[in-house]
Amino acid sequence: MSDLTLRLFRGDAQGGEIREYRVPVEEGMVVLDAVLRVQSRQSNELACRWNCKAGKCGSCSAEVNGRPRLMCMTRLDLFPEGEPLTVTPIKTFPVIRDLATDVSWNFETNKRITPFTPKADADWKFFQHDVERAQEFRKCIECFLCQNVCHVLRDHDLKDAFMGPRFLVRTAGLEMHPLDVADRLRYLKDEGGIGYCNITKCCTEVCPEKITITDNAIIALKERVVDRFYDPLTWLWRLLTGRRSK
Amino acid sequence: MASYETRDYDVLVVGAGGAGLRAAIEASALGVKTGLVCKSLLGKAHTVMAEGGMAAAVASVDPEDTWRVHFRDTMKGGKMLNHWRMAQLHAMESPERVRELQEWGAIFDRTAVGGISQRAFGGHTYKRLCHVGDRTGLEMIRTLQDRGVHAGMDVHMECTITHLLKDGERIAGAFGYFRESGLFVLFRAKAVVLATGGVGKAFKVTSNSWEYTGDGHVLAYEAGADMVDMEFMQFHPTGMVWPPSVRGTLVTEGVRGDGGVLKNSKGERFMFSYIPEAFKNDVAASEEEASRWLAGDKQARRPPELLTRDVCARAIVSEVREGRGSPHGGVLLDIAYMDSEYVKRRLPSMHHQFMELAGMDITKEPMEVGPTAHYAMGGVRVDPETQAATVPGLFAAGEAAGGMHGANRLGGNSLSDLVVFGRRAGQGAAEYAKSLREKPRVNLAEAEACAKELLESFNRSEGENPFVVHEALQDMMEKNAGIVRNEKDLRAAIDALAGLRKRASGVKVSGTRQYNPGWNEAIDLKNLLTVSELLARAALERKESRGAHTREDYPDYDKAFAKVNVVIRRRDGAMQVAQEPLPEMPDELKKLLEGESA
Repeated sequence: MSDLTLRLFRGDAQGGEIREYRVPVEEGMVVLDAVLRVQSRQSNELACRWNCKAGKCGSCSAEVNGRPRLMCMTRLDLFPEGEPLTVTPIKTFPVIRDLATDVSWNFETNKRITPFTPKADADWKFFQHDVERAQEFRKCIECFLCQNVCHVLRDHDLKDAFMGPRFLVRTAGLEMHPLDVADRLRYLKDEGGIGYCNITKCCTEVCPEKITITDNAIIALKERVVDRFYDPLTWLWRLLTGRRSK
Repeated sequence: MASYETRDYDVLVVGAGGAGLRAAIEASALGVKTGLVCKSLLGKAHTVMAEGGMAAAVASVDPEDTWRVHFRDTMKGGKMLNHWRMAQLHAMESPERVRELQEWGAIFDRTAVGGISQRAFGGHTYKRLCHVGDRTGLEMIRTLQDRGVHAGMDVHMECTITHLLKDGERIAGAFGYFRESGLFVLFRAKAVVLATGGVGKAFKVTSNSWEYTGDGHVLAYEAGADMVDMEFMQFHPTGMVWPPSVRGTLVTEGVRGDGGVLKNSKGERFMFSYIPEAFKNDVAASEEEASRWLAGDKQARRPPELLTRDVCARAIVSEVREGRGSPHGGVLLDIAYMDSEYVKRRLPSMHHQFMELAGMDITKEPMEVGPTAHYAMGGVRVDPETQAATVPGLFAAGEAAGGMHGANRLGGNSLSDLVVFGRRAGQGAAEYAKSLREKPRVNLAEAEACAKELLESFNRSEGENPFVVHEALQDMMEKNAGIVRNEKDLRAAIDALAGLRKRASGVKVSGTRQYNPGWNEAIDLKNLLTVSELLARAALERKESRGAHTREDYPDYDKAFAKVNVVIRRRDGAMQVAQEPLPEMPDELKKLLEGESA
């Protein structure tokens, strides 16, 4: 097999450039193999994150020829042989060095979500069909590719106002747990900024776990928020009875 | 003079996989100031790779199951070398830890009557592994992570601990650096919990990530702690063998638990020829009986593919050596004969992994698999109740601790080990910290010396590439201290390690300290060399074959070695190897094991 021309972003928060490397290719190689080959043989200080190398930990997110991907699950033979491959860091988060970005905002955002809160006298017997939906959301490996492509975060940089698809998915996983009793709807509307999402489904398209982020998580949560805060009948019912419906 | 920042904690937990997170949650809950350090980002620890499930006698599928049977299975799987009290506590407490995870938000797969679903795994008498498809580790880590961030602890991500510091005999803190900035940090702490995982990166073919460089093992050893059972390295029988770039990546035992069968190139289901005497009565005598078991017949016995991992791994090595291997040097693992929807539902991530990485559909074709370095049974010798090491103020849990699994770990016993003993370590460390009247003092000159040592590799005008030295180590360990060992090879390993140590001390690093994998590799290399030597010396000492430790020159069990652990400690700067008697088991537990021999 012929060598690969790998074009990698090298730089830090101050800026950087694309540099070219030649990497020998063997059968079945993935993009991460090529990057690690550069790291181990040509440039030991090339920064990138990886852990499981099997699509389970979500560490090695990057943009391959402009498309956000997990490097460990992207085979080189997906691309035309002989053409150079360009790997750049995910754009939505600030570069630390080379392919490693500062994703700490995500961890801070996560902390603000009300954690799982079961009923005090919960009966822990429940069925597969009760949890299938929540389980879908719990497949998330926190690769943050959905955060990276979300135009509210990527193009408009509204990180102060919008939690992004990852944390809408996380909230949906909590809200749809059959035994959870916490109320996160006001939070979703005010701090979470769910209204910013205009369901372009970019997040769903890049999810390596194939979570139907927009349809199953975000739209479902939007409906709950609308029912609570914008539906005149619910509003009137609440006014008359003083009761909230979850 | 290199500068460093200083942080103060009562308890510092090193490692944020299942054990570290659980320890930090417990310590925080007991009201001590707790810091948690992890080498990667939070939630990326190796626990996330655990697939099949968490073993606990919840008895929601097989009501006959009890902690006693789980205890017996664990001891038998560990060839009776396990610390009996750890095996007992683990079997007794794991159901409670499963329920606790559920109450913290984990959503295990369900049975038809609304309980927690449990699947079969090697060496477990009953269906015992609580699971979420084949991504149980992810569920555990996310649950603990989300619980942890609300528990009041500080989390320091991408931070590597390189040295433990002592005040006299007892722990006083830890020194390390932040990967992102390359800056140094001194943690002053009354107690340190090591939950750093394993050592797999010493081998070439491994299921482990870059983090698994034996950091906790070596930190403890260098601090003077006893290390136990270091000769026992588990090679998981089923890692991917093709394509080359994913060689070693784990294929869950759940494949076999859910009906997958092992075949050689002649199409023979060879495991029937490898049933050890001690397990003869537990295993199906024919394919027909194995099929009945799979269909749910409670009278039928388990298929031989569910023998313990050591037995399966050795069988695969024999088949390949005798020329009956698959095209790429493994054997075939076939679940394609079963209903494809069932396979996709039970093993979604395996289906995805093979589809993406090997370009094949496991519902249509058999997988090619072979052994891969997976788990260190050996580690820091700890007190079963508190997980205290033999150095005051030092604790260890999870894979970094030894004793629980003896000569071979049963699949599924790791996830439960993490939370059972993670909790105990957090409790032990918090109580120890509370009991200290004054905070131990760190010798600042020592911290300075750590910083100086860490920067040495930058100061050389020339030197070797640290990644190249690491690869040489992996090739050497694979060849000389891998699945099948002998005295000559192990001695060669110890000699080669001396040479590699010399090479490692001359590596050159370029660039800056900020997020520099070359520098990080140069630092990790030191631990890999020491942990490899611990392993090779213990393996040389145990002149028998038992569990995961196979010696061609001593192919059988030896009665004398059945009664001892191999213990290594640092004395006068050298590795002192000793055989020490196993702790005496109480009669009531002996009775549970009657009729069983290792």
